[in-house]
This record gives sequence, structure tokens and C-alpha cells, in this order.
Amino acid sequence: MAQSKPSARNIVWLVAAFVVGALVMAGLAALLVSIQGHKNEAAEYPLRVVQIADNELDPAVWGKNFPREYDSFKKTEDTTISTTYGGSIKYSKLEKDPKLVRLYAGYPFSVDYSKARGHYYALIDQKATKRQEVAAQPGACANCHAAEAPQLIVQLGWENFNHTPYKQIQDQLHIGTSCADCHDSKTMDLRVTRPAFINAMKARGIDVNQATRQEMRTYVCGQCHVEYYFAGDNKILTFPWTKGLEIENIEKYYDEISFKDWVHKDSGAPMLKMQHPEFEMWSSGIHAKSGVSCADCHMPYVREGAIKVSDHWVRSPLTDISRACQPCHRQSEAELKQRVLDIQNKTHDLIDKTETAMGDGIDVIAAAQQSGATDADLAKARDLHRKASMRWDFVSSENSMGFHSPQEAARILAEAINYARQAQVAALQVTKK
Amino acid sequence: MLIWLQGKIGSLFFAIPLAGWLFLFGLGGGIVGLGGFTFNYAAGFSYLSDDPKACANCHVMRDVYDGWNRAPHHAVAVCNDCHTPHSSLIAKYAVKALNGYRHSKAFTLNEIPDPIRIVEFDRQIVQDNCVTCHGEMVSQIFHANSQAPTDCLTCHAGVGHGR
Repeated sequence: MAQSKPSARNIVWLVAAFVVGALVMAGLAALLVSIQGHKNEAAEYPLRVVQIADNELDPAVWGKNFPREYDSFKKTEDTTISTTYGGSIKYSKLEKDPKLVRLYAGYPFSVDYSKARGHYYALIDQKATKRQEVAAQPGACANCHAAEAPQLIVQLGWENFNHTPYKQIQDQLHIGTSCADCHDSKTMDLRVTRPAFINAMKARGIDVNQATRQEMRTYVCGQCHVEYYFAGDNKILTFPWTKGLEIENIEKYYDEISFKDWVHKDSGAPMLKMQHPEFEMWSSGIHAKSGVSCADCHMPYVREGAIKVSDHWVRSPLTDISRACQPCHRQSEAELKQRVLDIQNKTHDLIDKTETAMGDGIDVIAAAQQSGATDADLAKARDLHRKASMRWDFVSSENSMGFHSPQEAARILAEAINYARQAQVAALQVTKK
Repeated sequence: MLIWLQGKIGSLFFAIPLAGWLFLFGLGGGIVGLGGFTFNYAAGFSYLSDDPKACANCHVMRDVYDGWNRAPHHAVAVCNDCHTPHSSLIAKYAVKALNGYRHSKAFTLNEIPDPIRIVEFDRQIVQDNCVTCHGEMVSQIFHANSQAPTDCLTCHAGVGHGR
């Protein structure tokens, strides 16, 4: 059956089989490689048209790879949003509520205090504020208001960067908020870039590198939307969190180091200025306890065509109630809006009463001073003024008008009113002596 | 081999008297009959299907069934579309069997918790099925390849059968 010697015909068949085999295998290999390529593409999705350098700060460059996010990010330039207690219009808080001038007497905030607007203006408004003209501000201010901060910190060193006068480094600051503040340039993962936040969390025993995705969706905002102070001669940006985030614990922190931001011009009290403590206020509220992050409400997912992306037009959730609130809260938009306003109206009313009480307290302390009361006489009243003011400021400078934690806001203001009236009584007792 | 077996059966048959065989076969038939009747009474075959009405056989599921009827996914998904895996037929029926066992046990022993909460194993199946249908929509925000993909159900818990 098997031939002893291959014939010509058999050799042709053998060669043909070899060629066909080679072609089939090559074809299969090509198909396999093509499938693998497509799978890699899917994992690489979305397509990156440019490589973003580690030190790239310009959002326009990042935007080439993420046009949807960039388009919404650019909208923070808008200046037309006007909600009852917020929005994107830069009006003077001092004009809107003249009581503030007296409450901040002796401090740059009594000269210029504007309503904050979109992230687009973070650096622009910082450079423009008159508070730069009446006081020599340190470079530490740029930690949060300029995208260049992390790189300048590396360049100049942490101490140097913080204490260099702002006016000396401001020519190196061009970009306000940027993608690089929150995202890794290679993987787009959320990351924290501001040393002050990392240090403050470490001091509380929290390693931000172990954070879950949901925690990061708050942490990136918590880099800047916090109460802070400049520690020591080097003006090191520090968050007063080692004892806890509540106002009582922040007070203990400052009292222990006998820290004051300024001396009140009328009452002579050593005062604390509280700056935008959104992270602290949010932490005590029901949304924080329920695992809702900053991004869930302020950067809700939005459907664009066939996909969903995070809305990078960070702004009041009241402008987009259906996306910000209704995924979880099934009531009507009108009902939800009313609920928010109820909370904010009540908070605002309490703030108003607090300011009146504080004004009365300042009046009596100032009068007592005029009649010759000594520092020792007025020490108690002044301390009460300080306590009242820090509490009022904590709620007043927080940008949710109580919404992030309504009960806590009301509680803090109740304490503030109490202290303010006690200050008034204490000063009256001095006068009556 | 076959002849050896036939021999063995033959000796067994003659070892037990006929009355014994009649009793054994009668008992066996009784078990099959009663079992079959019970199976039919409990609508056993319905559980092999995807019909939502089968899940509502147990009245404790009545609210869930009503909720599903009013929910956004009513027209596009039945119970098994969300609550059983779609990776393979074996996976699907294995989960059906597992769930069926747990439900039967709870129902028979009257150990139904109030309110009924989905267990982690089954919740993961539902979460995976969100992505089975909506994967492209959430491709940019789901982070499938990460250690902790986004959880849909935290916010969108009501889409299957309401609150």
C-alpha cells in the first residue's frame, strides 16, 4: 500500500498540503492578533490622542483626550447662575450684608469679601482681591488657588514656598484649577496632590493612599474646601484637624497653641477667621454618613449620547436637581428644591440673629473699653466674643448655607448666639462695676 | 461481563420473596406518585422558567412583583434577567438551584427575615447584570478593570422593583 519511493504526484500533494497549512495557520495567527488588538483597544478606551506629560497643567491639553469632561469643565467660566444663597456671580458680601464689615473690623475681610464663583476664577479672583493690597499675603495662599502649586512646592521646598510673599511668586501662577489637581496623568485615577491635606489626614491616622474610590471622590475636593491656617513664621499651610473636625475640636486645637488670626478693632478680642469648611461641615451630615461623596451631587453623572460621564461643571446642585438628587431621592424637583430652601432659609435666619447678637456684644465691649475697662476686666467678654465669632464664621463662610449638615449648622449657630449674648452680659457686668 | 451481571440479578430476585418485591415496588410507586403530585401542586416546573409569575408563587414576593410591574425595567427585564447570571447556562441554573434551596428552606421553616434584604452573593449578580446591559453607557465611569468598580445599586436601587 505505501509506495517505496514518492512519485512526482505525491510530492506535489505534499507541497500543496504544506502551503495550505502554512496559509491557514498564518491566517489564524493574523486573526488572533487582530482580536487581541481590539481587546487592547477596548481596555484602552477611550482612545488617547495625546500623551499627557506628568507635569502637564493646561486643561486644554488634557481636554484633547477627554473632550466631554473638558467641555463641561470650561463651563465653570459661567457667571450667570443665581440661586438664592449661591451661584456663580461675584457680588460683594460686604455690600449684601453690611454687618460683616463690623464683624471683621481690623481684618482684610472687612475691606473686600466677594462671593466665590466657578473654579475657572480660582486664581483670577485671588490675584484681584483687595485683600492682597491691604495685607502682605504669603505664597501659602497659592496652595489651593493655583495649579502650579505642587510643582512650585517641589521646586522651592515646602517651607520656602509657603512663606515666600505671594506677590513674589504670582508671576509664576497662570492656571487656576486644573485636571492635574485631581487626576493622574497616565491612568486618570483620582489622586490627592496637596501636601497640607495629606499631612492633615496622616495626623488623624488616615492614609489617603488606602482610600476607596468613593472616598477619593470627596478627598480631591477636601484638598482645598477646608478650614486652614498658616502655622509659624514659615506660614506653613496646616489644617487644624488633629483633635477632630467638629468646631469644638478645632477650637481646642487653636486654643492650645493660643492662635489668633487678628485682633478685633472694636472689641480687642483675639479672633479666628474660619475659611470655607465644606469638608468639615459635610462630614457631620447625613449625606456623609450615607456614603454620598462631593462628586455625587456636585459632579453628577450626565448622559451624553450613548455614554455617561461625570459633569465637570462643578456648581450648585440646585441647577441640576434631576441628576444631582433624583437618582436617590424620588420626590419631585419642586419638592426637593423646596426642602433645600427650607434648610437654607432657616440657617440664614439663624445667621442673621447671630450677627445681631454679636454686634450687640461688640457694642458693649467697645463701650466698656471707652469707659476705661482694663484688659483683665474684659478678658472674659473678649474670649466669649472669640468663641461666638469662630462659630458664626464656621457656618457663614461654609458655602452650603447649612445644607451639608443642617442640624450641626443650627447647633453651632445656637452656641454662637449663646456666646455672643454671654459676651454682652459679661461686658455689661464690667461696665456696671 | 453481561452474563455475570444477569446471574447476580437472578440470584437476588430469588433471594427476596414475591410479596417483598410487591411491597417494595408499591412503596416506590407511592413515593413517585405523592412526590409527583406535590411537585405539581407546588408548581415545580414553573421554577425552571423565566416567568415572573413563578417568583410570585410565594405571596411574600407579592410587593416585589407589584413593584416590578411599576418599575422602569418592567418592559425590558424579568426577574431572572437581573437575579441570575448570564455568563453560562450552567451558572444560571446553579444559581437558580442555590436560590431555590434557600427560599424553600426559609419558607418551609418560616425563617423569612423582615424586611427581606438581598445577600451579598446575589447582590453581586445583580450588579454584574447592570453592566451586562448598560456596559457601554457606563464605560467611562464604571472603571471595570479597577480593584473597585463603581457600584450602581447604591444610587439606582429602585430601578428593578421600586422602593
